[in-house]
Amino acid sequence: MCPTATKVTHCGTISSDQNRKNIVPDQLLAELREALGVESVSFGGAAQLLYSRDSSVFPGGQPGPVCFPETTAQVAACVQAAIKHDRSFVPRGAGTGLAGGAIPCDNPVMIVTTRMNKILEVNAEKQFAWVEPGVINLDLTNHLRGTGLHFAPDPSSQQSCTIGGNVANNSGGPHCLAYGVTSAHILAVEVVLPDASVAIFGDPEGPTGGYDLRGAFVGGEGTLGVATRVAVRLTPDPPAVRTMLLDFQDVGTAADTVSAIIGAGIVPAAIEMMDQKVIEVVEKFIKVGYPQDAAAVLIIEVDGLADGVEHEVERITEIALACGTRTVRVAADEEERARIWKGRKNAFGAIAQVKPGYYLHDTVIPRTKLTEVINKVYETAERYDLLVMNVFHAGDGNLHPLLIFDPQEEGIMDRVLAAGEEIVQTSLDAGGVLSGEHGIGLEKRRFMDRLFSENDLAAQAKLRHSFDPDERANPHKVLPSGSSCAEINHMDKPPEGTWV
Amino acid sequence: MNALEEFRQSVGPRGPVAVVGGRTRWQLGGSVDPQARLVAAPQGIEALDPSEMTVSLGAGTLLAALDEALAEHGQEVALDGPPGATVGGALAVGHDSLRRRRIGSARDVLLQADYVDAQGELIKAGGPTVKNVTGYDLCRLLVGSLGTLGFFGQVILRTRPRPEATRWLSGAASPQRFLTEIYRPATILWDGQQTAVCLEGYQEDVEKQAMKLHSLGLEMSGPLCPMVLPPHRQRLTEGPLKSGTIADVGSSVLYAPQPAEAPMIAPEVQRVVDRLRHQFDPEGRLNPGRNPQRMST
Repeated sequence: MCPTATKVTHCGTISSDQNRKNIVPDQLLAELREALGVESVSFGGAAQLLYSRDSSVFPGGQPGPVCFPETTAQVAACVQAAIKHDRSFVPRGAGTGLAGGAIPCDNPVMIVTTRMNKILEVNAEKQFAWVEPGVINLDLTNHLRGTGLHFAPDPSSQQSCTIGGNVANNSGGPHCLAYGVTSAHILAVEVVLPDASVAIFGDPEGPTGGYDLRGAFVGGEGTLGVATRVAVRLTPDPPAVRTMLLDFQDVGTAADTVSAIIGAGIVPAAIEMMDQKVIEVVEKFIKVGYPQDAAAVLIIEVDGLADGVEHEVERITEIALACGTRTVRVAADEEERARIWKGRKNAFGAIAQVKPGYYLHDTVIPRTKLTEVINKVYETAERYDLLVMNVFHAGDGNLHPLLIFDPQEEGIMDRVLAAGEEIVQTSLDAGGVLSGEHGIGLEKRRFMDRLFSENDLAAQAKLRHSFDPDERANPHKVLPSGSSCAEINHMDKPPEGTWV
Repeated sequence: MNALEEFRQSVGPRGPVAVVGGRTRWQLGGSVDPQARLVAAPQGIEALDPSEMTVSLGAGTLLAALDEALAEHGQEVALDGPPGATVGGALAVGHDSLRRRRIGSARDVLLQADYVDAQGELIKAGGPTVKNVTGYDLCRLLVGSLGTLGFFGQVILRTRPRPEATRWLSGAASPQRFLTEIYRPATILWDGQQTAVCLEGYQEDVEKQAMKLHSLGLEMSGPLCPMVLPPHRQRLTEGPLKSGTIADVGSSVLYAPQPAEAPMIAPEVQRVVDRLRHQFDPEGRLNPGRNPQRMST
């Protein structure tokens, strides 16, 4: 449960009264139902439970009224009602976030965008599309099939995550190695700001002058307003694609191969790594043909014009063999390519078959430190007597160590948390950063001062306050709170017995 | 004392101050208040790591010097500027390269910035890795802000592989079809009568694409842009092009002989901008007189 703040002096100006905040006044509910319709506002019961948490390990917070607006005007009405009743609001898409970014604190008005799921316009000539924030990432991809265009960001949760959520978290995915993360694919965004006004940042037709408020908004984790329409860049489908599966006798050789490929001036569309334990469970679960005796495999995809693609396949093969790869398999057809990717895309589902709980980390390190850091991750897991599996975006150094555990095992969470913290610190010590694509949310606020000075964090707060001077939007996320917010600090640690 | 600390001290905490790069776009967004003290950012490449595809350098480094250093490793950065332009200046202006379609936006180049703020403090924004969502995206906010939120001191940039081959073609043909018939051309320019297309990539791919363009009516040109771009950028609008202008097709940018009028800013956006200026520089001491909101593209 997420207790409410009594007074947020350091990080905002919303004063709140705990008793008052725990009660959602009839007037607030009535106003929201008047604006959205009775069917579009829930309070209590199943909604209270469902919208109390996201896909992170954190326990549920305490949502206020849960609203399902269908238009920008209705979102603005939700924010207006929140202002009138001195309450915060939390935007939410599909709730697939892993850092606790959508967990409600302070009984906020929950603004769930899943009913705003229309693809409004596809402009193939100018290569952009206007979509509503609740459109599922994969639905957009499927909708575009046949146009010769696609939306490049492809997070692992793309079957269920929304474009609005991708914008909030500046999401990544395997193909962001060559194509860039979400921010590079958002041309404009219509936003209901925390003062309930509606602004458009950016322009779908090209660069605009002035401050890049679009760029500042993307990755704001719902703390800068609510995206209500998004103009996404559409990327031409590559004429040729080749997918390769390389296997290795040790993880270090696989990591060195990644560095050697990048160092040779080749930036594939994707380079994904899976270690032996992941290979083993994926094969047991879905049987895609990965070599089960390998210590690691790399999935490498190159795309572009045909000659360049063949050239890169040859160069990568040469480099990999010189580095010590055992075999190089190039998918012969679309079916084989799909099979190679199926194992990667379903890895998390397969891992859930091993033990009921896992804690997925997300840090980024310099690519050249992959071997050193992964070895330390294994050492850490061994020292804490934990099972660790690695399946990650090796091409851009984005690690995803999964600590696998049974939440019923006594005292396990202490070990999971201690090991997790050590992995984060190992990444920072190697010159890395806290998150590559999951965001900070509630999960990593406490680590922010390990990477940034007080002045650095104050500068980030200035950005936040430019959009949301009262910290009404999704409070207590991203930046570490001052001591007056200490009552929610226990949420920074997953409790005993939770699992994803 | 290192160069960054010297730069910080030169900016100091008080009085109007302006940072000078190569003065190649010095009037963009308005003239600097003549009362402002002038300072210059550190120069020189600190670290170039080809296998990380990142480069760390002083913001006062000439773009040409950076390009030369990266060329030795077959790499480049997605920044452009006139001769004499500095890296810090190119970031502060934030204009995309003419080759944006192929190499991406200037706003995606900056990974980490150590900048001096209006209080004269050194602030770190972003991080050194090629992928990073740790906190708010100050880097993208700083790019294109004309130094009004802080002065770049040291920066870490994303590099990319240099294309193996570059070729321009031009001719009297309507440009629209080339957007779809050619896979990711680097540039398409249109002056109302002539189209010029830039192809980049592996030699064989470029040659094949060039042959296709040739069959569609364009003539081979060389490795350099065959059109002379007018000096100012305006917002491209629907309708026939005015004489003497060149459109960057598929973009919103029109190159014109005259500067653009300042665009209209919606009041909701302006409110955010006003708060931004107030938050980052309440006294308006950084680059006074310059305003990125006056730039139309």
